[in-house]
Amino acid sequence: MELPLDYETLKVIWWALVGVLLIGFAVSDGYDLGTATLLPFIAKTDRERRLVINSIGATWEGHQVWFITGGGALFAAWPFAYAISFSGFYLAMFVVLAALILRPVGFKYRSKVEDPRWRNSWDWALFVGGVVPALIFGVALGNVLQGVPFTIDGTLRATYDGGLVGLLNPFGLLAGLLSVAMLVMHGATYLGTKIEHGAVLDRATIIGRWAALAVIVFYGIAGIWLAAGIAGFRLESAMDPAGPANPLRKAVVMAPGAWLDNYGRHPWMTLAPLLGFAGASLAWARLGEKPGLAMLGSGLSITGIIASVGASMFPFLLPSSKNPSVSLTVWDSSSSHLTLFIMLIATAIFLPLILFYTSWVIKVLWGRVTTDDVNTPGHY
Amino acid sequence: MLPDLQVADLSRWQFALTAMYHFLFVPLTLGLSMILVITEGAYVMTRKEVWKRITKFWGTLFGINFALGVATGITMEFQFGMNWSYYSQYVGDVFGAPLAIEGLMAFFLEATFVGLMFFGWDKLSRPAHWMVTCLVAIGTNFSALWILIANGWMQFPVGSEFNPDTMRMELTNFMDVMFNPVAQAKFVHTVSAGYVTAAVFVLGISSWYMLKRRHLGLARRSMVVASSFGLLSAFSVVVLGDESGYTLTDNQKMKLAALEAMWETEPAPAPLTLIGIPDQGARETHFEIQAPALLGLIATRSLDREVAGIIPLVEKAEERIRLGILAYGALQRIQANPVDATARAEFDQHKGHLGFALLLKRYVENPATADDDLIRKAAWDTVPSVPMAFFTFRVMAGLGFAMILLFALGFYFINLKRKPPDWFLRVALFAMPLPWIAIQCGWVLAETGRQPWIIDSVLPTFMGVSSLTASQIIITMVGFTLLYGALAVIEVKLMLKAIKAGPGTRIFADPDERLPAAPVAPALDA
Repeated sequence: MELPLDYETLKVIWWALVGVLLIGFAVSDGYDLGTATLLPFIAKTDRERRLVINSIGATWEGHQVWFITGGGALFAAWPFAYAISFSGFYLAMFVVLAALILRPVGFKYRSKVEDPRWRNSWDWALFVGGVVPALIFGVALGNVLQGVPFTIDGTLRATYDGGLVGLLNPFGLLAGLLSVAMLVMHGATYLGTKIEHGAVLDRATIIGRWAALAVIVFYGIAGIWLAAGIAGFRLESAMDPAGPANPLRKAVVMAPGAWLDNYGRHPWMTLAPLLGFAGASLAWARLGEKPGLAMLGSGLSITGIIASVGASMFPFLLPSSKNPSVSLTVWDSSSSHLTLFIMLIATAIFLPLILFYTSWVIKVLWGRVTTDDVNTPGHY
Repeated sequence: MLPDLQVADLSRWQFALTAMYHFLFVPLTLGLSMILVITEGAYVMTRKEVWKRITKFWGTLFGINFALGVATGITMEFQFGMNWSYYSQYVGDVFGAPLAIEGLMAFFLEATFVGLMFFGWDKLSRPAHWMVTCLVAIGTNFSALWILIANGWMQFPVGSEFNPDTMRMELTNFMDVMFNPVAQAKFVHTVSAGYVTAAVFVLGISSWYMLKRRHLGLARRSMVVASSFGLLSAFSVVVLGDESGYTLTDNQKMKLAALEAMWETEPAPAPLTLIGIPDQGARETHFEIQAPALLGLIATRSLDREVAGIIPLVEKAEERIRLGILAYGALQRIQANPVDATARAEFDQHKGHLGFALLLKRYVENPATADDDLIRKAAWDTVPSVPMAFFTFRVMAGLGFAMILLFALGFYFINLKRKPPDWFLRVALFAMPLPWIAIQCGWVLAETGRQPWIIDSVLPTFMGVSSLTASQIIITMVGFTLLYGALAVIEVKLMLKAIKAGPGTRIFADPDERLPAAPVAPALDA
């Protein structure tokens, strides 16, 4: 069967689409994670805490599906990357899972018992459910940029050396802190648009502005570190972009600064890191005065930062530090031509629908949450 | 490199435990979402407040349950990559797509609208809110459809073939995967089982209220809904049970032979063993009581077609292992020289049996070196645990019929007699755990019956694991057990609290500032 799109184009589209799903997750559920991270620090009394919880209570669940669908899309479109990253980061993934499991039950169960100790415990559970995934996602990306210690044998079975502790290297931790700062900034800008003016919002604004500054500083340090210290990956042999998904048929070397190659080759890509800085600056400058603008800035910053990771690494998806030549790239680790095409059709049908009904739900729930609201039935 | 068998066993245990735990919540979500559609539909049509209260009450229990269903579902999607990474890359091209589409088509719908379902009562018109509830139910049920399409493909891998260049299964026909007969039968069977579970749940709690003479308006109406909906669903579970798939493949035939503990092929039409004690070591069944011709009738819907026994199926597996060794040898030659045309021709001829050669990898690095004894041993590996299949099937099927009886009695008493007797109410209350036992047995049958394959005739289960260490898996198993155990206790406590409190109670309270007690709901019992 002749498909209307060639294999190479589909690979690039799916590289971009997984990026879109990740950014969709970071921009939507990101503020839920950030808000939950802020919860114990900006809200002191039960009323204040419920104000914060109810600002995300109705919508966080839909947002989390960006992540779950992102995982599913990675499985369907990049099965090698899904298989090796999820098994390689085994214990880290477990910690993320445990933290994410606390979220649905935290939101749902907290309000069902009056006991302050019960509620306080769930508040900390929600905090863990927010900060831990934010931290680990960042740490994981920081490690992907340095290469991950795996190799692949002739039957394409991957083996991975290294455990949880190996992930906690300085650059990985920096990326983790950047991720937390980014989502806290985003949560604070969201609260700026969503909860009533008062003490809680004031505290959120103060922390949010510091977080925006931290984003700029950490992101800057990470950029300099990538340019000067961290070895990137570079293709040594020519690759057929339409070739079969077999990562054993190329040669790759590691070279300091190689992650900045793409910006020289395609100067338009510098737009991504610029957006990362500019967005965070906008959030810092406008938070507290123009909450909508601050949230826009924070969303753009997240988009730019995640896109800059993809742009720096292209065509690499998951580089191997142990055996660089088996690194996974866009050209040799995707699903088959037919699967990528069918998945694209499914996405073309459902993604617009999702955006449509998600915006309808946002419209129905529009308006600031107040402490009076949260005492009416139908709230957490 | 060969996979570690201990890691394979531990990974299986972890998957089984987390899947069975997840499936405590899913069936109730599936069924309660439909019951909410019915009760809220009644509210929209009759505009009687009592139906709104009924919907909100069952909605509260739905919410408590839904939270854990979602929480434990994430584990399932991640676990393929975490614990079954060779499996994920070997079949991700086919298996990943239904999972991703489940997210795009179903889970987004369900998760986006479930928040509005709870928060939107005052923000939406009656029909608009009902539409939201319907969308949640549709999302939930579509979710089950795609998951079962994925699972159906593991049982009957259609629409795909092995590609020697990428060393994995690749999609050849998506429509075949989507309309896989095994998947479709499983879907109907599984969602109906979910409806039965929720109906028994609603029936049981309503019976308790009736026994306590509380909330009679809610209990009576809920019982009408539950017994009618439950009766239809229970018929659907049993009549449209997934027997339709049992004649399609050798593995499905093996599953049928195992759940019947039928060692030899019996002359058609085969008898149905009602009860007995299968002995896997001796390859016979003790104390058999059989009903003549029944199995032949059920399984083949004919009087003249045979149902294959275990021993002849093992002989067939032995032949396929020998052919698989030829495919494996050809594959090795293709790997050494990708343009070897004779090797490719030989591989294409035998590639349908490749998976059978991989069974030998449990014993030898290179299947070509296996002797006759090893081949025979590997052929016997294709028999799943017969006592497990035999007993789980009987418990499941027996409980299926018991549910029909329960709902039929409920339907009779509530609709025709208007007042169920106390003995029935007690039976309905104590019947509450039964659907859970039945569905867990059903899953154990479906998945252990598929062994030794993770993908029928394509990939043995032990081959699918990640390169993990046993201690890593033990850490996560202990972690999951502690976390899941604690959540189970909390969930049951909250459910009991909400049930004891009854409908119309405000659970929300403000410890900061003791508000006057929540307004008491107008009496429902009028």
